[in-house]
Amino acid sequence: MSVLANPQLWFATLAMATPLALPAIGGTFSERSGVVNIAMEGIMLIGAFFAVAFSYWTNSAWLGLLFGMLMGGVISAIFAWAAIRLAADQVVLGMAVNIFAAGLTAFLLDTVFGFNGTPANTPSLPTVHLPWLKSMPFLSGVFNDQSVLVYIMIVIVIVSHWFLFYTRLGLRIRSVGENPLAADTAGLSVSRLRYTGVIIGGLLSALGGAYLSIGILHSFDVNMTNGRGYIALAAMIFGKWTPFGAFGASLLFGFATALGIALQSFNVSSNLLGMLPYVLTILALAGLVGRSTPPAADGIPYEQHR
Amino acid sequence: MKSVWRAIGTPVLASLIAIIIGGIIAAAIGYNPLQVYGSLISGAFGGAIPLGNTLAGSVPLILAGLGIAVAFRAGLFNIGAEGQYWIATVAAVWIGYHFKGMPGFLHLIFMLVVAMVVGGLWGGIIPGLLKAYRGAHEVITTMMLSYIGILFAQYCIEPGGPMLEKGYQPQSPAVAQNAWLGSIIPNSQLTWGFAIAIVAAVVVWWILFHTTFGFQLRAVGSNQFAARYAGMNVPLYTVLALGFSGVLAGLAGAVQMLSQDHRLTQSFSSGYGYTAIVVALLARNNPFGVILAGIFFSALSTGSQNMQLVSGIPQSLTDVLTGLIIFFVAAERLIPMALTWYRRRKSGRLQVSLPEGGRTDG
Repeated sequence: MSVLANPQLWFATLAMATPLALPAIGGTFSERSGVVNIAMEGIMLIGAFFAVAFSYWTNSAWLGLLFGMLMGGVISAIFAWAAIRLAADQVVLGMAVNIFAAGLTAFLLDTVFGFNGTPANTPSLPTVHLPWLKSMPFLSGVFNDQSVLVYIMIVIVIVSHWFLFYTRLGLRIRSVGENPLAADTAGLSVSRLRYTGVIIGGLLSALGGAYLSIGILHSFDVNMTNGRGYIALAAMIFGKWTPFGAFGASLLFGFATALGIALQSFNVSSNLLGMLPYVLTILALAGLVGRSTPPAADGIPYEQHR
Repeated sequence: MKSVWRAIGTPVLASLIAIIIGGIIAAAIGYNPLQVYGSLISGAFGGAIPLGNTLAGSVPLILAGLGIAVAFRAGLFNIGAEGQYWIATVAAVWIGYHFKGMPGFLHLIFMLVVAMVVGGLWGGIIPGLLKAYRGAHEVITTMMLSYIGILFAQYCIEPGGPMLEKGYQPQSPAVAQNAWLGSIIPNSQLTWGFAIAIVAAVVVWWILFHTTFGFQLRAVGSNQFAARYAGMNVPLYTVLALGFSGVLAGLAGAVQMLSQDHRLTQSFSSGYGYTAIVVALLARNNPFGVILAGIFFSALSTGSQNMQLVSGIPQSLTDVLTGLIIFFVAAERLIPMALTWYRRRKSGRLQVSLPEGGRTDG
């Protein structure tokens, strides 16, 4: 029980949930607009690499973040164009983006930065210290000295929920994901709304990748996302395609991972403890969560008839 | 014949476009594209030993790729072949060094069957039942079980692990030597496992296209509502299709183990189960296409080592190529669209006076 009362565990939970929640919410935007997106892993890698590269070149982590997100947006715009304009199979396309991004970032790391990797003096994003939390040592231990992106992530969770469910544009994005024909008949541009959904998704996924490279570290490593984009995919489905759901599922994954690390001091095999997040997910899917139903038109290209 | 050409045409064309783009990238950063591709090809096919290694590397890709193709045919995405591969390998290795007195041939079959059963259970029965009765998405369950399977295999040979051979590198004891798959080309890695992969492709093709089971599996895949309306047991076919898929991924693990390492070792980064997804996609889930796509991706991988050695370009270029190939396979409409655009532009320029009939593009 002392493990659970340790603020470090909850600090790690939040830190590990961040790079899952951002792409999971990104995927939610994409799929709510009707485009199946399994490309979060690749877009995260792109975001992570270019965030570091531009941080180094501009000597500003914030500019690096901006350019990293921008490159994620560019890749997802190409993805969106092929998915929407060319009506390509979105799952196949997503795999293509993932493999391409893994190859491209490894290739650029070697050719641009050489075998020593990204320079050690690359700037990284600041952490946030709230002095007024001092009187509450537990909360201070959980929230203080987190990367600024953790706070930005929490804001994004709330804003995304508001945007998707309480704004006109959010309603329209959801409507083309459920019934594009009806939306089209009502005069909405299905393809424009889908571009919007996919590109917002790309920006958020790239932000999640940048968190890994310039948020908690200040370097890029080959395949540094290490499957987080796929876990985010699971978190998105687990969270039933809602921002709060995705955030909750990401917290669960983050908690299970953090717990596994915390329990290692008790001399339990790290390989066995590493199974914890995955076992929890399966149990949750089998017992608690029940059926998760995707948006009705998710993955079906919409062909406009004139 | 025309349909065969159409089936092969897109993947071949996609590969060509990707190779040209890759060449432009290589040239742009100062490498000679002809030397880059020359060293890639000679590293993959130049001589009996490279050829043997390329074919050997294709075996796990073909077998696991067949499994993924079967699942895709049933409308299911088995993303977890990697874990099914490893959990089946663990089971086969365990059988392999615990029943050492058996005749080699029987022992071999015993291992293969156990691997197939374990792979089928891990990849099929658990996710299939969860999907059919709890509505759990198979992408999540196969992925989660895959991670668990890989971690379990790592656990088995970690320091103090249950299958660790004392006093050695992290590895298990070897399986009985009389059950190893023999070599076809001496000094290369090619074994009779390749024959198993070819036979498996024929069997899968026959099952998919010449049995009622295969027909119903594909029917569930094309339209599960129509299939249900026609009286087919959709949950049952979900379980069976994922199970069949896992059986083949498990077979891939056992055959590869009996051909190369003959034991459980720290070779978890090979990622055959992930590449196999790409193999199935490029092959468009056609069993014979899987053979060709498996050899193609194995050639990219074996050739890329020589490519990096000779021309100095990083090996990861082949991943860029792979991504582009898959992109252009998916974007199959790109070429016809570009052609129509080009024709319309040309005809617009030459025959402005003629009135244009038909549709206009927006």
